[in-house]
Amino acid sequence: MENNILDQIIKPENCVFKKTRLLTDKPFHYCPGCGHGVIHRITMEVIEELGIEEQTIGVAPVGCAVMAYDYMDIDVQEAAHGRAPAVATGIKRVYPNKYVFTYQGDGDLAAIGTAETMHCCNRGENILIIFVNNGIYGMTGGQMAPTTLEGAKTATCPYGRDVSTMGYPIRITELVAQLPAVRFVTRQSVHTPAAVRKCKNAIKKAMQYQSEGKQGTCIVEVLSNCNSGWKMSPVQANKWMEENTFKYYQPGDIKDNFKLLKSPVIEQQ
Amino acid sequence: MGELRLMKGNEALAEAAIRAGVDAYYGYPITPQSEIMEHLMAENPIKTTGMVVLQAESETASINMVYGAAAAGKKAMTSSSSPGVSLMQEGLSYIAGAELPCVVVNVVRGGPGLGTIQPSQADYFQTVKGGGHGDYKLITLAPASVQEMADFLKLAFDLAFKYRNPAMILSDGVIGQMMEKVELFDYIPRLSDEQVAENCPWATTGKKKGTQRRIITSLNLVPHLQEQFNQHLVEKYKTIQDTEVMCEQLDCEDADYIIVAYGSSARTSMKAVQMAREKGLKAGLLRPQTLWPFPIKQIQSHLSHAKGFLSVEMSAGQMVEDVRLAVNGKVPVEHYGRMGGMIASPADILQALENFKQSIN
Repeated sequence: MENNILDQIIKPENCVFKKTRLLTDKPFHYCPGCGHGVIHRITMEVIEELGIEEQTIGVAPVGCAVMAYDYMDIDVQEAAHGRAPAVATGIKRVYPNKYVFTYQGDGDLAAIGTAETMHCCNRGENILIIFVNNGIYGMTGGQMAPTTLEGAKTATCPYGRDVSTMGYPIRITELVAQLPAVRFVTRQSVHTPAAVRKCKNAIKKAMQYQSEGKQGTCIVEVLSNCNSGWKMSPVQANKWMEENTFKYYQPGDIKDNFKLLKSPVIEQQ
Repeated sequence: MGELRLMKGNEALAEAAIRAGVDAYYGYPITPQSEIMEHLMAENPIKTTGMVVLQAESETASINMVYGAAAAGKKAMTSSSSPGVSLMQEGLSYIAGAELPCVVVNVVRGGPGLGTIQPSQADYFQTVKGGGHGDYKLITLAPASVQEMADFLKLAFDLAFKYRNPAMILSDGVIGQMMEKVELFDYIPRLSDEQVAENCPWATTGKKKGTQRRIITSLNLVPHLQEQFNQHLVEKYKTIQDTEVMCEQLDCEDADYIIVAYGSSARTSMKAVQMAREKGLKAGLLRPQTLWPFPIKQIQSHLSHAKGFLSVEMSAGQMVEDVRLAVNGKVPVEHYGRMGGMIASPADILQALENFKQSIN
């Protein structure tokens, strides 16, 4: 009886959402409410929609997304911590016609991999960097990240980030935007359905740039919550992000087609 | 007969890279090997063979660029000298763990630390005993001439691809900087993308419809699967040890005392052996061309007649430990070496050999 009801419901005309075939069937290991699953999905949707999976090579980071290759049904290389932009450079230089992207977290990209990030961008490697910024080291249990906001508490700054001894949260996206060989820089988020759609469009545009016109590095920063690390419910975490993170890391396009859209001056709060 | 040229060891190796059909060189300048990238940049092979030459921001980046290209099936290499090679150890461990073929050249200088820019052989342990973390081995070739700098570059790639394992050319400042006649081999065309895809069914070149995706990783969180992988490496290394040992022997058949030396130390020792023979001292030279796999059986084959082995190295005594393991206490084994960029003369080595003889008798 139950089967009959399901058979009646599961029909092509009733389909409102379908998982892209470029995501594997393996259940995500991410915490419920984490942004990684959504960002994986929209990235794979973009590759499917552009029909470029046969020409695409991804580079996975070290961090929560270390096993991104378990979920992405495309060719992927796993890089050492922070080294993804160098690995991607190595691939792109010998396969200039393929689509190459890295998927990195804030610890990976903006702390241990700062040199690789800056110089990859400075050379204008024709790749896409998807930079997931949740302001914390999630995989290792919630330690301070280079992007952790001032005053925010983590396992390694239990009394809150003290900028006088721990430095300021780094806006690496604004920094690399100033490099002349960088083509497209945008900051997006995935905390609401509308934001997810905008973020997907940004990833699509950046991916398309790899085969269009003048070559240059594209960076899509995606603000995401780490509700486990922040010790909040997913709903609270998204609300907190909107009220706090967005003030310091303002969403929106920063640079497009080599033109800065915002003042390169980073104002102090 | 190939083309003859008078070249520095570093230049010969760079020229060999272009001729061997290498796809990419990623490097960072450091003395005493900067001529490698300089020669490549001057030759500009992107215009001829299509080979990529890129100056990276660090040795850390270089080795990871090599990782990326190698994981996509291409022939990729880098070169450096001791402090730079230390920075590459992380990448080398990942490359070994992901079973990627590539070639790394170390033109060794004296250490520890910044040390000196003069020649040394003090990176033996780092190269053949690990260097990076985890259980892994580097196929290690030790050139002793400018000719071998060229020839071993090609051989290193052949072995690296045969076993899907990183290969190291362990040279030193003398071999890199000295000029000798070299016969260059003819150009071997680079493989097309289609040939790469066919030759490397494991490489990430983009997932074709109806095929399985390809993943390059060294991560394995399931202990028994990681152990299985380690076991696979152990078996691979055993095959390499059994089949790929290379060494050259000079006057060893009837020798009472055998010098074991590689690289430039072997060149100096060659003269010392000749001088010893002229004085009636029956000396021989066993020169490992592969440091890993180490010529254990070749050393053992002389235990019936040799009264002792002298390991001559520009270090405090590193390879001597492997000679001792091979000899296994049957006859005395000693070390003689200079350090810090100082080079032993043939007379120094002959003296060390005579002292060694005296200490035994």
